[in-house]
Amino acid sequence: MELIFKKIAQLSASLVFVILAATTIVLYLSAKPAIEEFGLKFLIEPRWGVQEKVEPPAIAEQSDLKQLEKSADIQTDDDFIKDEEDFMMDDEDDFIFDDDMESDSNRNKTIYGALVPIVGTVFSTLIAMLFSIPLAIGIAVFLSEIAPSALAKPVGVAIELLASIPSIIYGMWGLFYFGPFIASLFGGNTVSLLVAGLVLGIMVIPFMAALSRDAIATVPDMLKESAYAMGATKLEVIKDVVFPYAKTGIIGSIILSFGRALGETMAVAFVIGGVYQFAEKVTDPTNSIPVVLANSFAESSGLSLSVLFYLALILFVLSFGVIAIAKFYFLRRK
Amino acid sequence: MKNMMEVKGLTFTYSGANEASLVDVTLPVEKNKVTALIGPSGCGKSTLLRGMNRIHDLYPGHTYEGVINLLNTDGKSYTNILDIKKEAELIRLRQRVGMIFQKPTPFPMTIFENIAYGLRLSGIKNKADLKDIVEQSLRDAALWNEAKDRLDHDARGLSGGQQQRLCIARAIALKPEVILFDEPTSALDPISTLAIEEMISVLREKYSICIVTHNMQQAARISDFTGFMYLGEMIEYDQTDTIFMKPSKKQTEDYISGRFG
Ligand SMILES: Nc1ncnc2c1ncn2[C@@H]1O[C@H](COP(=O)(O)OP(=O)(O)OP(=O)(O)O)[C@@H](O)[C@H]1O
Ligand SMILES: [Mg+2]
Repeated sequence: MELIFKKIAQLSASLVFVILAATTIVLYLSAKPAIEEFGLKFLIEPRWGVQEKVEPPAIAEQSDLKQLEKSADIQTDDDFIKDEEDFMMDDEDDFIFDDDMESDSNRNKTIYGALVPIVGTVFSTLIAMLFSIPLAIGIAVFLSEIAPSALAKPVGVAIELLASIPSIIYGMWGLFYFGPFIASLFGGNTVSLLVAGLVLGIMVIPFMAALSRDAIATVPDMLKESAYAMGATKLEVIKDVVFPYAKTGIIGSIILSFGRALGETMAVAFVIGGVYQFAEKVTDPTNSIPVVLANSFAESSGLSLSVLFYLALILFVLSFGVIAIAKFYFLRRK
Repeated sequence: MKNMMEVKGLTFTYSGANEASLVDVTLPVEKNKVTALIGPSGCGKSTLLRGMNRIHDLYPGHTYEGVINLLNTDGKSYTNILDIKKEAELIRLRQRVGMIFQKPTPFPMTIFENIAYGLRLSGIKNKADLKDIVEQSLRDAALWNEAKDRLDHDARGLSGGQQQRLCIARAIALKPEVILFDEPTSALDPISTLAIEEMISVLREKYSICIVTHNMQQAARISDFTGFMYLGEMIEYDQTDTIFMKPSKKQTEDYISGRFG
């Protein structure tokens, strides 16, 4: 009996690694054509689905025409010029020329680059974190250390309920109410990097607050009492005893929330705008990786599909890397 | 001998509790003596001790009736600490009446900082002074030799017994007048227990001590006076020898001879 249990436990544990490895391999294999086509330049290329200008029009295939129309919708002339500049500033622009040569041999000449969604993802997540960390930790401290239990219990339950609301609802709320509200405060669009970051932040606050509160609740009463017994005030006890003691758990809650924000799709899809351009101001619309994926899968095939897998692989590496670094850096001791 | 503290007719009720956990309790704590509190579990020993530095007041709603006097620094008059209302005065009180808990409670910081912490709170900022007091406190707590090379290590890396001595060092660094011990050795091995008992007998020269213990031999070994509590009442208080040799109450005798509790 014990043996069976042990075996089952072992199996489930190894399953995690199998799934992880399988996901990575599938992502990599599906992304391979795009990786071979664009290489690492994909990471710093700001254009998406754009036809190369120097290309002789005669070779443009019908399938590409559709792409052309699409890109014309998305890109304004200004962007085109800006992109050209970006591109000129790049020293190693030879791969584009490689592409051009290959274009004679009937290759797909559409340029894809991940820079806009990467930047959008990173910045919307950063805004979310900047906004949510102080608030969530403030809430957690208030609930566990300051509020009388008659208040802390119902508010705590409410926070847990909020944490379980599906993200699409945050997205809809953001689109219809919060976005216009932010736009009326700061100007700019009702869908923008700022709105996306703030909606993301609001979405992770309950999650982060609930986890941090649980971490703070593990601080033994006796430990706090002994600090009070030394003549500490409430603020000093929180600052010098509660936070250092619960540090690991609080940072863990931040890391988990960070991961959630990084990969969040539905809440962001409604409010980030979904356009392939950099947000020059935070109130400009832009794009993020999960949103690109969600919006484009239906209409993609061949190389353009592989490009999406490449993008997914980047997101995977990004989240994995951030969490690995954070774990390694913050939780090393203990 | 003068009383350092006097609990007189104290009745204490926890917030929301139907009946009082302490009923008309009286207990003197004599200066430079060790007073032990014994009694079966739940009889109110911790409750009494926690009233003596008003640590109860961290949680709202408890009620005190009666008097707890603390000798003023002039050595003549007393202040009833139950009259204290201001937060700042409560903090000052807790620095004068230190407390050691049932389990070691090292703060999440270095050994040095654990001791310097209370000193900083009480306004000592000078580095050299801090260093001197930290060293002296560690010596008084018989921890200096073990800790002197690792003052900058996290205090949670010490053994349980060492941690408890650190907590004592931390308390005596503040030069309290009274030290309250709530079963300070119940989580420790026999050797660490002995070390702490020895320390308490030495500390008696400088401080007045009140200690709760479940260990009858410990009470007999280290205390000068003993109070026996039962169901929230102080059944008997006397010299330790008297309590253990010829107690005047039947309940005391039964408890000491191990017939209940
Ligand atoms: N926070 C509290 N709220 C309400 N009642 C309490 C609280 N703490 C203790 N009590 C009650 O007060 C009484 C005395 O408890 P206390 O902890 O002082 O006992 P004790 O003598 O220290 O016991 P032990 O030897 O087990 O530590 C008990 O009946 C207990 O149930
Ligand atoms: Mg107790």
